[in-house]
Amino acid sequence: MTVEIPIEKWTGKIQEVTLGGGGRKKLVIGGAATLPGLKFEGSTGNPTRVAIEIHDCEPQYPTLLRSAWGDAVKDPAVWAKKAAQAGAEIICLRLTSAHPENGNTGAAEARVTVQKVLSAVDLPLIVMGPGVAEKDNLVLMAASEAAKGERIALGPCEEKNYRTCAAVCISDGHVAIAKSPLDINLAKQLNLLVADVGVPLSSILMDPDTGALGYGLEYAYSIIERLKLAALMDDSMCQMPIISHPGPETWRQKEARTADGVPSAWGRSEERALIWEELTATALIEAGSDLVVMCHPKAVEAIKNTISKLNA
Amino acid sequence: MALTGIQIYKVLPKTNCKKCGLPTCLAFAMKLAQGQAELSLCPDVSDEARVSLEAASRPPMRLVTIGAGAKKLEVGGETMMFRHEKTFFHPAALVVRIRDTAPDTTIVEAVQEATSYSVERVGMTFGIDGIAIQNDSGDGARFATVAQIIKDKTDLPLILMSTDPAAMNTALDRVHDAKPAIYGANRNNIDQMIDLAKKHGVAMGIRGNGLDELAELSEKAAGAGVESLMLDPGARGLGDSLRVLTQMRRLAIKKGFRPMGFPTITFPGEGAASLDEQAILAAHYIAKYGSIIVLDTFSPAMIYPLITLRLNIYTDPQKPIQMAAGIYPIGNATADSPFCVTTNFSLTYFTIAGELEASGVPSWLMVCDTEGLSVLTAWSAGKFDAEKIAKTVMDQDAPSKINHRKMILPGRVAILKGELENELPDWKILVGPAEAMDIGGWFRKNWT
Repeated sequence: MTVEIPIEKWTGKIQEVTLGGGGRKKLVIGGAATLPGLKFEGSTGNPTRVAIEIHDCEPQYPTLLRSAWGDAVKDPAVWAKKAAQAGAEIICLRLTSAHPENGNTGAAEARVTVQKVLSAVDLPLIVMGPGVAEKDNLVLMAASEAAKGERIALGPCEEKNYRTCAAVCISDGHVAIAKSPLDINLAKQLNLLVADVGVPLSSILMDPDTGALGYGLEYAYSIIERLKLAALMDDSMCQMPIISHPGPETWRQKEARTADGVPSAWGRSEERALIWEELTATALIEAGSDLVVMCHPKAVEAIKNTISKLNA
Repeated sequence: MALTGIQIYKVLPKTNCKKCGLPTCLAFAMKLAQGQAELSLCPDVSDEARVSLEAASRPPMRLVTIGAGAKKLEVGGETMMFRHEKTFFHPAALVVRIRDTAPDTTIVEAVQEATSYSVERVGMTFGIDGIAIQNDSGDGARFATVAQIIKDKTDLPLILMSTDPAAMNTALDRVHDAKPAIYGANRNNIDQMIDLAKKHGVAMGIRGNGLDELAELSEKAAGAGVESLMLDPGARGLGDSLRVLTQMRRLAIKKGFRPMGFPTITFPGEGAASLDEQAILAAHYIAKYGSIIVLDTFSPAMIYPLITLRLNIYTDPQKPIQMAAGIYPIGNATADSPFCVTTNFSLTYFTIAGELEASGVPSWLMVCDTEGLSVLTAWSAGKFDAEKIAKTVMDQDAPSKINHRKMILPGRVAILKGELENELPDWKILVGPAEAMDIGGWFRKNWT
């Protein structure tokens, strides 16, 4: 018997967004013309890219994650180098110290940190503000200037402050990360707003928000699947490549952070924590994430392996 | 594939004779479409129409039962490609494989470990769904003995795995009353396996080398009357299995292709070099079209994340999981710890509990029953008001758990402060942050 394989004829495809250039490696994100891995019916575009998160000050990592990076967490330049060795394709630098509750550093410090990281590694860079609108504007503007010509990605660019982030991306040639809270309509609307200000469609990544395994993963998973289906049906405001944060979301949760005082049915904490990060990432990649931000070097290795097998 | 009332109406006699008990043929067609009437009520329907309606009204993927008794498994019966389209109905089964070459003591330990495993998540209890017994010894008598040992030690459904019909026959003779599934039909043994499945009335797994062969074997089995099938297309790698299982689901659901209209059986341990790889492959099968997932390692550090993932993927998107109303300790909360209030939408609860946990300040989180709505939605729907909060404080006996009388209200419903002060006159109402992520900062400023 010859079974006729059903093929979906998609009319749209995911935008390709390039990071890097200038003094660093170029990396293209997105580009798929079908759902993840389904190469029998169309191009799967660029494989999901893997970024490693670093911070500009020592973060509150649990012991297992802290010990994987050692004292590198004390210096973003050292950390960036170590992340590159661990297999990062992109460095995701979080300006954590700019948070009013966490040092409240300003534009000058952000500029210095970004320059340090840029000269430490030749990988493309993502710079994330602390997630407080007025501080994001301040430090992202500084980061943008410091990285002019290097085409980095800047975020979060949210509904309440998208104008500043979008404007600096336009003037310095960077990529905006449009972030919306777990809602497909808000994601689409924000893309529209950012595009309306004049950010080219090839310079927008979208972050429809990430829930870790057991902590809203199903919402992130389904919103990504819905965005991908809309994109393939040629809705241009859903065609931006998607960035997800399985690493940082996982390591905020008890299942990854806690070794003692949890049920024995949860299993050995070292294994469980890594699997938690890996399964969160796997599900998001299968849903259609184009870029995942990871934390633990071993999870990075496992997920890079997974991505290459998915496309093999 | 379900037909609409109009599609059914087209093949009915259209005489409005009322013999079915309904006033018109259209009304009867509507009832049929909703599954509320039987076609046999119409005495005048043509044979041709009967055949076409019966074929179309069969579900696109068969629901298959494995085992007998309270823990019996139901797999398959899916009707969607994506969970957001409606929901996935029958959670993928996590089964642990035991080999008949292991010493008896090891086998007994493994069975007891798997059978007694139990873990709680969002108020529900989960465990292992079944045990697969692999005939690696090549010895039918040994296979049957091990099947018997395992059956005596567990009430979990069993899957007997062997490609040797004689060994399968010996084992089935011993444990057939447990209604185990059998796995291992292939193009060489399909006839004998069909006979065994028919004789004992058990579900049968078929491994085909690719979809063409699999479709042929599945059609043969169904044609012989064995319709409780599980399909294995033979692919083991991540990319290959994603593609072939997607094709099978599409063939079953979108094309109504009967030979693929059965649940699948998958083996993440085959081809995995480490525990992490097995976990990732199993996760991939949970997300993408695995119905039975046969694990080769029993490790709670893998099982618990997999159970959690399955819960995420198989949750009905229309019906959010709710937390039970109650007062939950976060960290080592004491009678002096802060007392926060929220709603019972599980994502709201977990977001806030996560931030409370991350703040490092032990605290209490009181959950009010708001029928699964988040804070603002529940407030605007009148399900999260001062009266509800005050009633929950009393019902859950908050005064017996904490010494102070200070309550932290979600910032989004600051408007409730005045009313709450009237409802709970001896309490001080504090307005917390609007965003969960600001809880840590809020504590540092406002709680001493």
